Amino acid sequence: MNSSTVIFYILAALILGGGIMAVTARKIFRSAIYLLFSLIGIAALYFWMNIEFIAAVQIVVYVGGIVVLIIFSIFLTHDSGGEMPEPNLTRALFAAFATCFACALTILYISKQAFIATQNVTIEPNVKNIGRQMLSTTDHGFMLPFEVVSMLLLAALVGSIVIALKTKPSPSNLPEGDALEAEKK
Amino acid sequence: MKILLAYSLSGFASYLHRLLSGFIPDAFWLMVTEMVITGVCLLVFLILLAFFLGYMERKVAAFMEIRFGPNRVGPKGTLQIVADTVKLLFKEGLTPDLSDKFLFNLAPGIIVISAMLAVAPIAFAKGFQIWDINIGVLYISSVSSIAVIGILMAGWSSSNKYSIIGAMRAGAQIVSYELSVGLSLISIVVLSGSLSLNDIVESQANGWWILKGHIPVLISFVIFVVASTAEINRAPFDLVEADQELTGGFNTEYGGMKFAMFLMSEYINLFVVSAVAATLFLGGWMPFHIGNFTAFNHIMDYIPSSIWFFGKTLFIIFIIMQFRWTFPRLRIDQLLNLEWKYLLPISMINVLLVTLMAIMGWHF
Repeated sequence: MNSSTVIFYILAALILGGGIMAVTARKIFRSAIYLLFSLIGIAALYFWMNIEFIAAVQIVVYVGGIVVLIIFSIFLTHDSGGEMPEPNLTRALFAAFATCFACALTILYISKQAFIATQNVTIEPNVKNIGRQMLSTTDHGFMLPFEVVSMLLLAALVGSIVIALKTKPSPSNLPEGDALEAEKK
Repeated sequence: MKILLAYSLSGFASYLHRLLSGFIPDAFWLMVTEMVITGVCLLVFLILLAFFLGYMERKVAAFMEIRFGPNRVGPKGTLQIVADTVKLLFKEGLTPDLSDKFLFNLAPGIIVISAMLAVAPIAFAKGFQIWDINIGVLYISSVSSIAVIGILMAGWSSSNKYSIIGAMRAGAQIVSYELSVGLSLISIVVLSGSLSLNDIVESQANGWWILKGHIPVLISFVIFVVASTAEINRAPFDLVEADQELTGGFNTEYGGMKFAMFLMSEYINLFVVSAVAATLFLGGWMPFHIGNFTAFNHIMDYIPSSIWFFGKTLFIIFIIMQFRWTFPRLRIDQLLNLEWKYLLPISMINVLLVTLMAIMGWHF
């Protein structure tokens, strides 16, 4: 067992431990923090594999974006400080079943899969190569999916702006008192 | 160039490596030992830096207000900050009864760690860098975004409604100003064609980007300084920690050394931001060179690279410090307006301009 393996198992323990704690914690905010540990562990795993770009993007997107979003929504919801009630037995039982079966299925497929080394020329995963692959229109380029994803993002942005847009209150769909006030203005 | 290298500590670092590899044959333990040494050196450096910046903050404040500043403790008041630290050390490390104790004690650690991680890829001198990572700029901006979670955690676990509101304001401020910081960093990345801090410094051998890049780079420099001042919660964007405002979670309930850790992380962040600005816009450790004036360039080469780096960094720190005594504090709505209605659109258009400039080769 060399040092690299030791580091891998430490990271794996961090990821799995964080995940389990996130599910079992009774306070919703603590769940979010344990999820944060799990996601940072995954970023560390990418660093361990020497793909720094993906690791940094993992931190930017999941830690700086998603977890912060989750924490904000926890802050804005009612009674975020209290402990959640214990789940009832049947639900816990079936959740445990589902987890076990999913785990067993994954293990089954992984054990059946024969991992063969790729025959293609390995490309160094630096930013320049990633950018070239993303924007190349040749056979193995990712131009089309990249553009489709950007369209999706644009649609999401427009949608969120529409939701957040302040519409002027028209007098017809306001309650009685507010309608009077709106007319005065 | 020999003299320059001698001052840049890289010679000392490789000497230490040779010395240690004589004692420790195993590569793994050698790496661990060197990591521990680097970590301890970094920690000592950052603590001393926080002391120095604390003293400098007071002296700059005094200078701006035409008064003396600290002048009683030690020669010229230099030991004032030591006295403050000792005072904080003797205070009780109080944890409120109703707080979430685990998160309450974890939050200062997360903030300090995220601040210290961001120091790793900074090149202090020629060839003297803790981690030469090929995505340095992205790494710094990603790691420093973890600090938001620390602030939110501190606010929430204080179990105090003003702390939560203050933490949310701080979070909103940091998250929104991160965008402008990122966009102004991208403009330099576009020009130099690399995310590695070393490559960016090398690309400025014939002139710093702020001089080579015409007005668009100047605009992105100004936006970077303004937005990063907001991101590290310094005045005039300090409604997170100002005495008159809702405090940012940590000022209400934290005390003693935990509070000192927040202060220290603030100074480390100030240093990181200034170092990044110095590296990207002012050439990092690269001496001041003018085109083909070989004689002039040669004289400049005799000034050690570490002095260039720290001189530029301290200059930007001074600029950010004197903001506090120059501009009035913004309200929360003005703060968010400034980012979303002015800085963000300007920096987006600016990135387009810089890209055009880089494609057409209009820069020097």
